[in-house]
Amino acid sequence: MPDPGPSQGSGHDRATRRLWPALALPGTLWLVALFVVPFYAVMAIAFSGRINIFNEPLPAWNPLDWESSTFTTVITDSFTPSGAYHEVWVRTAIYSFWALVICVAIGYPVAYYTARLAGKRRGLILALILAPWWINYITRMLAWVNLLQDDGYVNKALGLFGIPPHSWLSGSSFTVVWALAYGYVPYFIIPLFASLDRIDQRLLEASRDLGVGGVRTFLHITLPLSRMGLITALVITALPMAGDYYTNTIVSGSPNTNMVGNQIELFLLEGPQKNIGAGLVLLLSLVLMFFMFYYLVLTQRASREATR
Amino acid sequence: MTVLERPAVAEVSGPIRTRVRPWRNPWRKPYVLAAITWVYILWSLVPVLVAIQFSFNDGRSRSTWQGFSRQWYCCNEGSVFEDPSMFHSLRNSLILGIATVIVATPLGVALAMGLTRWRSRASAVANGISLVPLVTPEIVVGSALYLVVVNLYQFVPLGRPAMLLGHVTFTVSYVLVIVRSRLLSIGGEYEEAARDLGANSLQAIRTILLPLLMPAVFASAMIVFATSLDDFVVSQFLFGSAENETVPILLYNAVRAAPTPALNALASILLVGSFLALILAYVALRARHRGDDESALETLADWG
Repeated sequence: MPDPGPSQGSGHDRATRRLWPALALPGTLWLVALFVVPFYAVMAIAFSGRINIFNEPLPAWNPLDWESSTFTTVITDSFTPSGAYHEVWVRTAIYSFWALVICVAIGYPVAYYTARLAGKRRGLILALILAPWWINYITRMLAWVNLLQDDGYVNKALGLFGIPPHSWLSGSSFTVVWALAYGYVPYFIIPLFASLDRIDQRLLEASRDLGVGGVRTFLHITLPLSRMGLITALVITALPMAGDYYTNTIVSGSPNTNMVGNQIELFLLEGPQKNIGAGLVLLLSLVLMFFMFYYLVLTQRASREATR
Repeated sequence: MTVLERPAVAEVSGPIRTRVRPWRNPWRKPYVLAAITWVYILWSLVPVLVAIQFSFNDGRSRSTWQGFSRQWYCCNEGSVFEDPSMFHSLRNSLILGIATVIVATPLGVALAMGLTRWRSRASAVANGISLVPLVTPEIVVGSALYLVVVNLYQFVPLGRPAMLLGHVTFTVSYVLVIVRSRLLSIGGEYEEAARDLGANSLQAIRTILLPLLMPAVFASAMIVFATSLDDFVVSQFLFGSAENETVPILLYNAVRAAPTPALNALASILLVGSFLALILAYVALRARHRGDDESALETLADWG
C-alpha cells in the first residue's frame, strides 16, 4: 500500500538498494550454473586422467587431479604438420578466411548502399536484408541442396550455356566456402550497416566540397570511420564460422572437407574419447577467446561512449 | 537520413560541365552499388523461395517442377501432418519454443532491470558474464552443456529438459540486451517521480517501469521464440534420442538421405512460424517508434 509517511525514508532506500541485486540474482545464478560451470566441465573432462570401463573419461572436478597429457597430445596433434588434427585446423582457417573475403566483397557494398544511398527504398532493402536472419540456417542450406543437385536448377542453367553438369555436392571445397559465405553474410552486413549508418553525412559532403574525389573520400573518411563496424562484423561472422560443422555436412558430407567442428562433434557425440573432444573445444575456445574479448572490449567502449 | 542534394545541373555553365567526367561526378546515381545490392538480395532469397515452391510440387522430385499440389502439407501419406516423425518434430519445436519464452523472458527482464539500475563492482562482473554467451560460438555452448548434463547435472535428462536449459541459457542474453537498451533510454526519472509520490520500489516497477518496458519485453519474447525455433547446434548436442528431435534436427538428418518435398513443406512451416513471431515483434517496436517503420527496422538491425 502506498504510505507516504516520512518514517519510510531510509528503510525505503535500503529496500531499493537490495531490490536491484535481488532482481539480478536469478539470472546471474542461471548463467553461472549453465554457462560458467559447463565450461569448467569441459576443462574437467579435457584434463581428466582416468577412464571408466567403457573407455570414457571420468571428469576430474578437483584441479589438483588434473592431468595435462591428453590436452598436450591434442595440442601437438593440432599444431604439428603430421598431427592427426592438423589438417582440420588448417582447413578451418582456410575456409573461414576465404568465406570472410567473400563476405567483405559482397557485404561491404551492400551495407554501404543500404546505409547511405538507398534513398526511398531504404526501408524495403533493409527488410529484405534482414529476412535471411530469420530463415532457419538449415533451411537455407537445404535450399541450396535443392538447387545444386545433379539435375537441379544450377546445372540446368549452366546447361543453357553448354557447360556440362557438375557434381556440386560431393566433397567440393568450393561449394563449402560459398555455402559458408552464403550462410553467414547476413550476420556480416547488419553490424556494418549500423556503423556506416552512423557516419555523419556532412563529413562526406565537406570532403567533396573540398574537391576530393569519391574514391579518396571513401578511403580517407568512410573506411576509417567504419573500421569499428568492420571489425565487429568480421568477429561476429568469424566466431560461428570457425565452429561450424553442419554446413559442410549438408553441402559436402565428405570427410575431405571436415573442419574442427566436425572433429569435435565426432568425438563428443559419436565416440568414447570425449576427453579429446573436450580438449579440442578448449583449444578452439582459447583460439577464439582472443577475438571474443577484443570484441567485448570494443562494444563496452562503444556503449560507454553512447551513454556519455 | 539526409538526402543528397543534387546541384541543379542547368546552373553549371557549359565549359565546366564538359570537364566533369561521369565517373568523377560525385552526385551520379550509384548504379553499380545498387546492382550489387539487388543481386545480393536475389541471391540470398531466391534459393529459399525455390525451396518453398518445391514444397508445393505435385510429385516426389525436389528439382523438377511437376505442377501445384498441397499434398506434402496435409492429409496424404508422407505429408508433414501424416508422417509421425515430422509431426512430432513440429510439436517438439513449438513446445520447446513456448517453454523457452516462459522461462527466459522473466529471467532476462529481471536481470536487465537489476544490472542496469544496480551500480556496483559486482554488477559489472555479472554484466560481463551475461554478455559472453552472445559471442560464444554455439558449438562451445552446446558441447559444454552436453558435458555438464551428462557428467554433473545427471538429474537433468537429455531431451526436452536439457534442451530447455540450453535454449534459455543462450536466449536470456538477447532479452537482456533488448530490455536494457530500452531501460537506458527511459532513464530513472519516472521511477523517482513515482517514489516521490509515495510508491515503494516494487510498486514503482509494477505501475511505472513494466508498462513502459512492455513493448521491449514483448519484442524480446518474440525474438526468443524465433531464436529457439531456429536453433540447431545446442539442440543437436542435447536432444538425446529421436523422439525429441526438433524441426532443424530432422531437416539436418533428412537432407542427405532421400527426402521428399514434405521436407521442404516442413521447412516452410518453420519459416512461417518464425516470421509470424518476428512480425509481432516488429509491430510492437513500431508502436514504440510511433509508426516509424524504418527506425523500428533499424532497432531490429541494431540488435545484431
